[in-house]
Amino acid sequence: MKRIYLDHGATTPMKEDVLEAMLPYLKEIHGNPSSVHSFGREARKALDEAREKVATALGASPEEIIFTSGGSESDNLAIQGVSNALYTKGKHIITSSIEHHAVMDTVNYLGQICFDITFLPVDEFGMVNPDELASEIRDDTILVSIMTANNEIGTIQPIEEIGNICREKGVYFHTDAVQAIGHMPFNLKEQPVDMLSLSAHKFYGPKGIGVLYKRKGIKIRQIFFGGSQEIKLRPGTENLPGIVGLGRAIELAAEDIEEKREGLILLRDRLISKLLEIDSVKLNGHPVKRLPGNVNVSILYVEGESLLLGLDIKGVAVSSGSACTSGSLDPSHVLMAIGLDHQTAHGSLRLTLGRDNTIEDIDYTVDVVKEIVEKLRKMSPVYKK
Amino acid sequence: MRIKEVYIDNSATTRPYPEVISEMSRVMDEEYGNPSSLHRRGSEGERILNTSRQVLADILGVKNNEVIFTSGGTESNNLAILGIARRNRRRGNHLVTTAIEHSSVLQAFNQLEKEGFEVTYLVPEKNGVIDPQKAVEALTSRTILVSIMHVNNEIGSIQPISRISKMLKAKNPAVIFHVDAVQSFTKFSLSPQQQGIDLLSMSAHKFHGPKGVGTLYIKDGIHLEPLNWGGGHEKGLRPGTENTPGIAGMALAAKISTADRRENMEKMNSLKEKLISSILTEHPWAQLNGPLEEEGAPHIFNISFPGLKGEIILHALEEYFIYVSTGSSCHSSAKEPSHVLRALGLNEEATEGAIRFSLSHLNTEEEMDYAASKINSVIAELANFHKITT
Ligand SMILES: Cc1ncc(COP(=O)(O)O)c(C=O)c1O
Ligand SMILES: Cc1ncc(COP(=O)(O)O)c(C=O)c1O
Repeated sequence: MKRIYLDHGATTPMKEDVLEAMLPYLKEIHGNPSSVHSFGREARKALDEAREKVATALGASPEEIIFTSGGSESDNLAIQGVSNALYTKGKHIITSSIEHHAVMDTVNYLGQICFDITFLPVDEFGMVNPDELASEIRDDTILVSIMTANNEIGTIQPIEEIGNICREKGVYFHTDAVQAIGHMPFNLKEQPVDMLSLSAHKFYGPKGIGVLYKRKGIKIRQIFFGGSQEIKLRPGTENLPGIVGLGRAIELAAEDIEEKREGLILLRDRLISKLLEIDSVKLNGHPVKRLPGNVNVSILYVEGESLLLGLDIKGVAVSSGSACTSGSLDPSHVLMAIGLDHQTAHGSLRLTLGRDNTIEDIDYTVDVVKEIVEKLRKMSPVYKK
Repeated sequence: MRIKEVYIDNSATTRPYPEVISEMSRVMDEEYGNPSSLHRRGSEGERILNTSRQVLADILGVKNNEVIFTSGGTESNNLAILGIARRNRRRGNHLVTTAIEHSSVLQAFNQLEKEGFEVTYLVPEKNGVIDPQKAVEALTSRTILVSIMHVNNEIGSIQPISRISKMLKAKNPAVIFHVDAVQSFTKFSLSPQQQGIDLLSMSAHKFHGPKGVGTLYIKDGIHLEPLNWGGGHEKGLRPGTENTPGIAGMALAAKISTADRRENMEKMNSLKEKLISSILTEHPWAQLNGPLEEEGAPHIFNISFPGLKGEIILHALEEYFIYVSTGSSCHSSAKEPSHVLRALGLNEEATEGAIRFSLSHLNTEEEMDYAASKINSVIAELANFHKITT
């Protein structure tokens, strides 16, 4: 059976090149970078090189790169890091209402321990309004955290504009760029961003490794305590193979990024327009300001989950929302925030494309979706053509 | 056989087993799904989590829902200590640990002091062992957590954790007992239930598994506050897409390491005996720090060459491809004198001249013969150069 993977937003298959880059650090060069002997020094060298690669890819300096265990930890380190460092200065944090759980749950926790959280609404496309942000910033605002691109509906925020507002008002700006990095050009030399989270497994790198970029001079405090690794902000023996893999993956992602992006957009738009040919289907998210690989549609009168399982039987892997929330029965907070009713939200399907997908994959997927939707709707008591 | 190198710094980190590397490669290559995804790729990931969790639970003799995956020993220790203290603060604000813990424990307690907790740091006896009676005496009605490591990473002293737990719980049944077992897991037989351990930390790269992955055992019914938020993974205690290749590698490494536990221990014991007796016979002025040879763990020991500098010995040995360390790797670059050796009351000369040897069951007799002869000649040369009267 054909197996088509259209869930790159959840995680991506690792590139062979990346695994090859990692293997020597699992096998021969297995030292602890803190050891002073040559095993340790070799490990330290690889650590420095990987840091350099990440810095180059992002337009940052090596000392601004902190390795973490993934996107969730990076988000926590940024947000809790600032709240721990600046709580005497102020207790107000602004975020959007469509953030990933790693951001949302963290600010909710802070909300319970006497921080004041503002959740900016988004429009029907999932866009934050920069003017609204400007009007919410107060004297006691210490942090604005707004994601670069949404993991469910793919909407890309006006990061530069948001960053400039924060800069003007002297407020730290963090962005969760976990879905964006590796898929669209991003240069921190040009972007007014103070902190940025990324996670390797979203761009064909290994799981369990991520980065928090922290601009020089930005003050945060650590969450874990221990050794003095990662400029004392993230202790623990470094996951060297993972770090090397991340370095290689980010380097590979930068190669021909524009061509790869355009190729994906072609596939994405083909998939979108073919899905919209089906009766009672609506696109969620922005039509153009969206991730190159992201498609999110609501297919009325069907349950997204039944559709997902039907597709899985046919060999097509998709998601019915963000992977992290798909265990729960509550409709996604993102789809609620863009104004969908419960039923429409429950009929949503996320298809996230990646480098190995072909036109044939897209056409096959659409055929299968049509077939299953027809079958499901026949059983539906409410659907009338 | 010619000796290429002798890596006897296994407490800093170990070389992953070839089987572990193949398993990790396979998972990265073929079973890359996100365990939270509902499709088949996701189920593959979920299966890896479930089977790995079961392997570790079986080794500890606990339920699989009592095992949480983390990014390593540091995170496990922090999650246990900060998590318990912050969550249980209403019950009391007193905590107990020892002066010879790893920095990931000590620094977590330092942080808690800043948060208003009161911490008692137990000082070990000369042999690096905590007197259980002293632990009990430190307990007050406000004590919520006691954290004591099993095997010390610098001197190899073994704490009588079962006895300590029994005595603690006899005096205050509500006290929660955490054990940093990073250096003992897979080497010693651990059974949290029988030993009265409520939380236990370990880290895969110390037993020939991958770096960046660890486990925290949390006894059913024990509640703690997470360090990081989001996603609901790992019972809501540890968010983030799971490092499935690392977790699979950790489980396999634990399985391999525990399969021949007894043989491995005997082997390390005899290697240790060989190395210690050779060094101390040749250099009777050198001193074994901490536990007596027969009291300590079979894989970690610490010898001082008073008058010499540990770092110089280390680099001299490196010339012969022998790798040791001067103390905990977390500290060795910080150039502070070891807090462990100081807690034993060692003088400055002995502290500065200390070398930690840490073995693996993969080391061989031939390696020990080679290492012993090179160590002895290097020490003799250095002692001669520094005019140490031996
Ligand atoms: C006793 C002990 N606890 C905790 C740790 C920390 O483990 P990790 O380096 O995996 O964070 C170590 C090793 O560095 C250790 O030896
Ligand atoms: C936008 C966003 N932020 C954060 C994360 C968390 O990353 P990780 O799973 O690596 O912890 C994800 C993915 O799960 C994500 O899509």
